[in-house]
Amino acid sequence: MNELDQSAVGVRGINSTLQTLPANTNEKHWVVKNPKGQHNIAVGLSAPLQVEINGHVGFYCGGMNQHSEITIHGHAGVGTAENMMSGLVWVKGNSSESAGATGNGGLLVIDGDASSRCGISMKGIDIVVGGSVGHMSAFMGQRGNLVVCGDAGDALGDSIYEARLYVKGKVASLGADCIEKEMRTEHIADLERLLKAAGRKEKPSDFKRYGSARKLYNFSVDHADSY
Amino acid sequence: MESTPRTPPRKSATFDDATLAEIRRAASTGIYDIRGAGAKRKLPHFDDLLFLGASISRYPLEGYREKCGTDVVLGTRFAKKPIELKIPITIAGMSFGSLSANAKEALGRGASAAGTSTTTGDGGMTPEERGQSKYLVYQYLPSRYGMNPDDLRKADAIEVVIGQGAKPGGGGMLLGQKISDRVAAMRCLPKGIDQRSACRHPDWTGPDDLEIKIAELREITNWEKPIYVKIGGARPYYDVALAVKAGADVVVVDGMQGGTAATQEVFIEHVGQPTLACIRPAVRALQELNMHRKVQLIVSGGIRNGADVAKALALGADAVAIGTAALVALGDNDPHYEAEYNALGTTSGAYDDWHEGRDPAGITTQDPELSKRLDPVKAGRRLYNYLKVLTLEAQTIARANGKSHVHNLEPEDLCALTIEAAAMAQVPLAGTDWIPGKVRF
Repeated sequence: MNELDQSAVGVRGINSTLQTLPANTNEKHWVVKNPKGQHNIAVGLSAPLQVEINGHVGFYCGGMNQHSEITIHGHAGVGTAENMMSGLVWVKGNSSESAGATGNGGLLVIDGDASSRCGISMKGIDIVVGGSVGHMSAFMGQRGNLVVCGDAGDALGDSIYEARLYVKGKVASLGADCIEKEMRTEHIADLERLLKAAGRKEKPSDFKRYGSARKLYNFSVDHADSY
Repeated sequence: MESTPRTPPRKSATFDDATLAEIRRAASTGIYDIRGAGAKRKLPHFDDLLFLGASISRYPLEGYREKCGTDVVLGTRFAKKPIELKIPITIAGMSFGSLSANAKEALGRGASAAGTSTTTGDGGMTPEERGQSKYLVYQYLPSRYGMNPDDLRKADAIEVVIGQGAKPGGGGMLLGQKISDRVAAMRCLPKGIDQRSACRHPDWTGPDDLEIKIAELREITNWEKPIYVKIGGARPYYDVALAVKAGADVVVVDGMQGGTAATQEVFIEHVGQPTLACIRPAVRALQELNMHRKVQLIVSGGIRNGADVAKALALGADAVAIGTAALVALGDNDPHYEAEYNALGTTSGAYDDWHEGRDPAGITTQDPELSKRLDPVKAGRRLYNYLKVLTLEAQTIARANGKSHVHNLEPEDLCALTIEAAAMAQVPLAGTDWIPGKVRF
């Protein structure tokens, strides 16, 4: 196990070390000490590392991640795992707004709550939130799955494309073109897989599925009032 | 008996033919008009400025024998690898999706031959464009279509797009008819549906967040790439100051004549400021922060010839960017296709339904057959020729004003033909020493 002390090497020192490790490195397990809420920790990683961050982080932790498994033992700021391509980012605490924004792949797990716009413009990422999400979550969600074990705020899935949303608790309101959909066998299986990957005990059958009504895919003046 | 004289028919200046036609069109369709390009209305522009030329107080340089430099370095503030361009004329961001792959390749070929950069757009980076572009600026847009760290690292610079001149405050729309299999795959969306591009970034709001976002992009790219911030011509003084505060290496200011692939006509013609009105406030912001020439300023929106280039530089820009003019150089709106433009209900020079994907010139389309019409090698050569002419013209003007480098042009070399232009450019009205808005002592 290797250690990086943010207090000593700074964010640049952490990132330059982790970003330059080759894919076949033997130094796979890293611990980041004293993150102290700094922004942009462990962004742009591309090797299959296991990175544990012991403390709270600021904006964009794990941003654009490829292949690495990053665990944040604390709370996370805005845009956690934004535009992630692959790998895993796991927040043991809560995460601020825009978690998993525009993510293309990989899995983001937030044990606590996520704030507003969780999964905004998601493009293939899977997100599992143990608690609740705020308003406008999955706004313009294109692909991927957002699983919410708690409640969802207003305008869930507004202007959604093909992302799939699963919520166990209450949904304050659905956004434009977002509707409740039938939970079929393949959705149960998908949800079971995601819950298991996130270490959750919830039953898939307790969730409801939401997705696009696909009425706004091509502009029609008769739907203008939907916006 | 003589008949009583009748009042001849008189059309309203307010309700002119174009206005009446638009009312009828709106009543018929129930939807606003969408088109490409920038503002078409008459605006104060570079044509309203003149260079003074040399005189007893300033002597000229010999046109064909004395050197006049045109090089520019972009990204000198923080980036480890600034871009060194031979000419101060760059190619503005235009997406694959709105343009064909051949058109993007042609832009790369022409720009590279001329020693300058081209820019991706909303939709990601194509191999054709990267392969043919010596210097490629990768746009970082609210939609993040096609955004990935591998392409980010392949770029020579990164342009964080806040807005564009044609529609400051607006997002984008690529209509379903241009969503081919390839475009759909790059944007992670189904084929054939309208693709909306958000107007705000999904994971930051305001200048403090932007500073963190720029730092993230630098961290991911090892602090090598120059980071541009592109703004539409809304509030250039404040926006430039905030972009500098957020850590930009380069600020791009795009006036309302700057083109777009598609948006509402009412947006294009009624939101934002003319390019001429944007430059001096942008330069003033940089000067007040002691950042003029340290953070480079690129101006775009209606640049057509070397005189426009020279005037933008004289007002304080470090470089300009061209979009619409570059497309015309490739072959857009060429009279060669007049019959086909007529069949589309328009004429060459006026065709702006770029969003429909039926461009006879094969540029603003994803139709395979139409796209084949554009030979990227020949079109790239035309762009190269055009860029050379712009450069030669700017040099001609610079020498005539006694400058050994185009960046030595200055506001004192200019006068204005109209009060409006004098006020916007902050140069004297021709024949006077009056600069509207400036107190004389």
